[in-house]
Amino acid sequence: MALLEVKDLEVGFGLRSGEVKALRNISFSLERGERLGVVGESGAGKSVLGFAILNLLSRPGYISNGEISFEGKNLADLSAAELRSVRGNRISMIFQDPMMTLNPVLTIGEQMVECLLAHHKISKQDARKIALQKLQQVYIPSPETRLDQYPHELSGGMRQRIVIAIGLLMDPDIIIADEPTTALDVTIQAEIMELMLELCERNNVALILITHDLGVVSQVTQKTIVMYAGRIIEQGPTKEIINDAQHPYTQGLMNALPQMGIPGQRLNQIRGSMPPLQRIPTGCAFNPRCNYVMESCKHNLPEFTQSGGCQVACHMVAEMKREEQAARLQSQEVGQE
Amino acid sequence: MNNMTEQHSVTAAEAAVTQNSETAQESLVQIDDLYKKFSISGDFLDQLKFKGGKLVREQEHVHAINGVSLEVMRGEALCVVGESGCGKSTVARTVMGLLKPSAGSVSYQGERIDNLNDRQLMPYRRKMQMIFQNPYASLNPRMTIQETLMEPVALHNPNWNATEVRDKVHEVMFSVGIDPSWGERYSHEFSGGQRQRISIARALAVDPEFIVADEPISALDVSIQAQVLNLLMDAQEQRNLTYLFITHDLSVVEHFGTRVAVMYLGTLCELAPTRTLFAKPRHPYTQALMSAIPRLEDDRPQHIKLTGEVPTPVNLPSGCVFHGRCPYANDRCKQQIPQLITTDEGGQVACHAVEEGRI
Repeated sequence: MALLEVKDLEVGFGLRSGEVKALRNISFSLERGERLGVVGESGAGKSVLGFAILNLLSRPGYISNGEISFEGKNLADLSAAELRSVRGNRISMIFQDPMMTLNPVLTIGEQMVECLLAHHKISKQDARKIALQKLQQVYIPSPETRLDQYPHELSGGMRQRIVIAIGLLMDPDIIIADEPTTALDVTIQAEIMELMLELCERNNVALILITHDLGVVSQVTQKTIVMYAGRIIEQGPTKEIINDAQHPYTQGLMNALPQMGIPGQRLNQIRGSMPPLQRIPTGCAFNPRCNYVMESCKHNLPEFTQSGGCQVACHMVAEMKREEQAARLQSQEVGQE
Repeated sequence: MNNMTEQHSVTAAEAAVTQNSETAQESLVQIDDLYKKFSISGDFLDQLKFKGGKLVREQEHVHAINGVSLEVMRGEALCVVGESGCGKSTVARTVMGLLKPSAGSVSYQGERIDNLNDRQLMPYRRKMQMIFQNPYASLNPRMTIQETLMEPVALHNPNWNATEVRDKVHEVMFSVGIDPSWGERYSHEFSGGQRQRISIARALAVDPEFIVADEPISALDVSIQAQVLNLLMDAQEQRNLTYLFITHDLSVVEHFGTRVAVMYLGTLCELAPTRTLFAKPRHPYTQALMSAIPRLEDDRPQHIKLTGEVPTPVNLPSGCVFHGRCPYANDRCKQQIPQLITTDEGGQVACHAVEEGRI
C-alpha cells in the first residue's frame, strides 16, 4: 500500500459570488521515500494541494470531495485533535518564506523544544539535545549558540535550514515543501536543495516539492505532477516528463525557459495567461492557449491517456495513441495474412 | 566592368560593416568609479552617543556600491547580475538619477548627468526610461492606464495637442500587445503580465533610446516571463534600444545579454561578452553562480559549494570582498583589493588568482 494516496480530491472555495473549485479530480500516490514534484504557474492550485493534504485550508476553502489516505486513515475525516497528531509529527510542512514561518519573539531553541514537547513526553533537556542534533544535521555552524538566538539574527539561508530542521524534528514520513527556495538567492537555493535531497535520502523521507521551477524539479524529484487551472494535466516519472513531455502545456512551459532558447532569438512563448478560477473555459482548460486545439478540446474534458510511464490529459495525445494502436493492429493483421 | 562593380560593392559593404561596428562601439552611458553609501544611523540626534564622558557623533553606513565603472554601448543589452544585496539595483537607480552617487560620476553621451537638478535632467529623462520589478507597485492604482500612459507623453511633448497624445498612447499600447480600447480600465483589472506590458509601454511612450530594466520579469510566471522577454527583444530591434538589464537569473542573461557584468558586494568581479562568460567564466564567484543554475537535466547537480554567507555591506571585508567564501583565497586576497584586468578572451576580471595564473 502506498504511504499516501490521494483520490479524487476536490477543494472548493465558497465565495459570495458562488463556489469556485480550486482543485478537481486530483489523484496520485506517494511511496515511502519517494520524491514527488508538483509544478505549475501561480493559480494552478499547487499550494492549495499542499495545504489540503494536511487539511490546513482556512475558510472559505474546504475539501468538498475525495479522500486523502495516509497509513489507511482518511486525513479529510479526522478531527482537529487527531489531525494534530499527524501534522508536524508524521507529515511536516516547509513554507516559502522562513521569516514568516519562524516566530520572531521566540528563540530558535524555544521553538524547537516547544514542537518536540507537543508531540513527545520528554524532558526539556532531552528535547534540547534532540534540537541540537537536528541543527547539526542541517549543517548549522555553532548550533549551541544558534539555539539561543532569535530568527532575525540569522540570514535567509540559515533561517530556511532552521525551518528544515524543525520539519525534521519528529522524523516525519512525509515533508511537504511549498516553494522552499523561492525567497532565496541562487547559490543558497542550490545549497538548500542539495541539503533536502541528502536528508530525504538518508532518512528515507518522502518529499512533496511544490515549485514553479522545472529545473529544481528535474534535479530533485523522481515523479512529477504538472497542474493547470486546478487539475493535473500530466503526471509520471520526472525523467520522462523532462525529456519527452507529451502535454502541449508542459512542452510550452519547458520551451519557454530561456535555457531552452537560442541566445538572441525570440523565446517560444505560450500565448495568453492562465484563466481565473471563476472563468475556466469548458472542455480542456488549456484550449484557448493551445497550438494544437481541436473541436473536441473545446467541449469535452480530456481523460487521462497512458503514454509511456506518464498519464496525460490531452485529446491530441489520446488521438495519437489511438492512431498508433490502430496502425499496430493493422500491421499485425497484415503480418498474419 | 562587371568585375569593377562587384569590387565596388564589396568595398561599400565593408565600409558599412566598419561603420556598423563603429556605431556599435559608441558608448552611450558611462559610469565612472561610482560609490554609493547609505547612512543607517538615523537622524542627527540618533547619531549622538556618549563615549568616555564625551558626546560624539557616530555614523554607520551601508556601502552599496564601491568603485564600479561600467560603459554601456549603444544598441547593446548590458546585463548586471548578482545576488540580493550586491548593489545591482542601486547601480540602476543611480544611473537613472533616482539616487545621487556618494562619489564618482554618471555621464550620458559624454555629458555628466549625476550633478544636474530636476529641470536640467528633463531632456535626459526623455531619453532614459526605467522599468521596475513589481508591476503591482509601479502603476498608480487610481489612474486608468490611459491616464498613466498619457502623463509622460504630455509632459515631455508640451506642444502636442490631446489628439496627438492619444494617438501616440494608442500606438504604443498596440505595440506591446495591449488592446487600446482597454485604456479606460484601471491597473487592478489586468494580470501581472499585462501590467508589466503596460509599464513597458509607459517607458516606450516617450521614444527613449536607453532603458534601465530592474528585474522586469522576476515577479512573473514562467510562460509570462517568455512573453515579456520577447517583447523587450522585439522593442530593442524595432526601436534600436540600449538596455541596462538588472537580473539575478543567469539563464535570462545568457539568452538576452550582449555583455554581462557580475557584481558581488558592491564591486564588479567580472565583465565579459555573454558568450565568453558562459563558455569560460573566470572569476570563482561567477563560476559558483553559474554552477548553481537549476538546469533541466536528469542527473545529479554538480554545483560549486560556497562556504559561509555573504558578509554585510556595513563592514566590508578587507582586500577582495569575496575572499571569505572563495576556495582559492590566499593572503594577498585578504589584503589587497584586486583590480579589473583584461583576459585573453576579451573579458575583464578582478581576481588575484586569475592574474597570478592560479586558476
